[in-house]
Amino acid sequence: MKIVIMGCGRVGAALAGLLDAEGHSVTVLDLDSYSFRRLPSSFKGKSLVGNGIDEDALKKAGIEQADAFFAITQGDNRNILASQIAKHIFSVKRVICRIYDPLRQELYESLGLESISPTIIFADILKKKLEG
Amino acid sequence: MYIIVVGGGRVGYYLTKALLEEGHEVLVIEKNQAYCDIINEELGTICVRGDGCEASVLAEAGTARANMLVAVTGDDGDNLVACQVAKHKFNVPRTIARIRNPRNEILFKKLGIDITISSTNVILEQITDVVPTHPVTHLHEIREKGLEIVEVKIPQGALSVGKEVKDISLPAGTMLTLIIRKSQKPIPPTPTTQILAEDQVIAVIDPKLEDELRKALRGMS
Repeated sequence: MKIVIMGCGRVGAALAGLLDAEGHSVTVLDLDSYSFRRLPSSFKGKSLVGNGIDEDALKKAGIEQADAFFAITQGDNRNILASQIAKHIFSVKRVICRIYDPLRQELYESLGLESISPTIIFADILKKKLEG
Repeated sequence: MYIIVVGGGRVGYYLTKALLEEGHEVLVIEKNQAYCDIINEELGTICVRGDGCEASVLAEAGTARANMLVAVTGDDGDNLVACQVAKHKFNVPRTIARIRNPRNEILFKKLGIDITISSTNVILEQITDVVPTHPVTHLHEIREKGLEIVEVKIPQGALSVGKEVKDISLPAGTMLTLIIRKSQKPIPPTPTTQILAEDQVIAVIDPKLEDELRKALRGMS
């Protein structure tokens, strides 16, 4: 699969590493080239400096041929904007978006945007830990 | 009308001021305390501190009874989300978003934002206005009717110079509404008004026919 990941933080870099190791063709997009240090040394995909909410940068990252797009920067709204560009402008089949704010995540899920709120998931895990 | 303004920076400040002067009820939502303080001190206590994209903040602001929400932060993503939350969670009838990247206009329309204003495009238009070589200037868009009002400057040597309005083959549906001529009062053109070089012609047209209008009025041969 061709996969574009926006945001090369810890999660983005780890995800890129996993998918790359499985043989997918991965492109990672980040505003800061320094972020790419987090990619594993075995990473064979592309890393590109650019703004994922800019159509030109997305095109350079190969969004037009992409089968999947992940938006996992620190900014909820940036992720939401980029995901909607990928989905509605470039018709990417699978778009997955991280939204920290649970209320916002709920709303966008209801609008048909596949999204995950790590906040809720992590809170839940912590609670389960306590309950043993 | 009850209007919520998201973003209390320079655009938000002056927009709010203008809306208040028109007698509207306005509430500003701004993240930065310093900007909140300025607005509350100078325009009356109408600014709450908070994230205008957060449903709880919008709920507290009474968004459910708002007639309109205008998002004018400097970030396209923030403006989009504020409008989408207002629209889908609170059924605000009219949402307006400022956008910086003109390309986002198409996406925002697709996603149901009622009106988008691209500050970049507005500035571009202002600049092309004062660049003398620019042939057709957009003055106003009448979106509901699919029309726009444009200004065409007639250059020396154009084929239209010296002709009467009725003898110029204008694209169908074009209305020449005003001719502005140096050192004269503006003239509402009649079929027998003569076009002169240096005239500024104001016309109402279908934007698709702009190129034809330009050829008809400015064509050289």
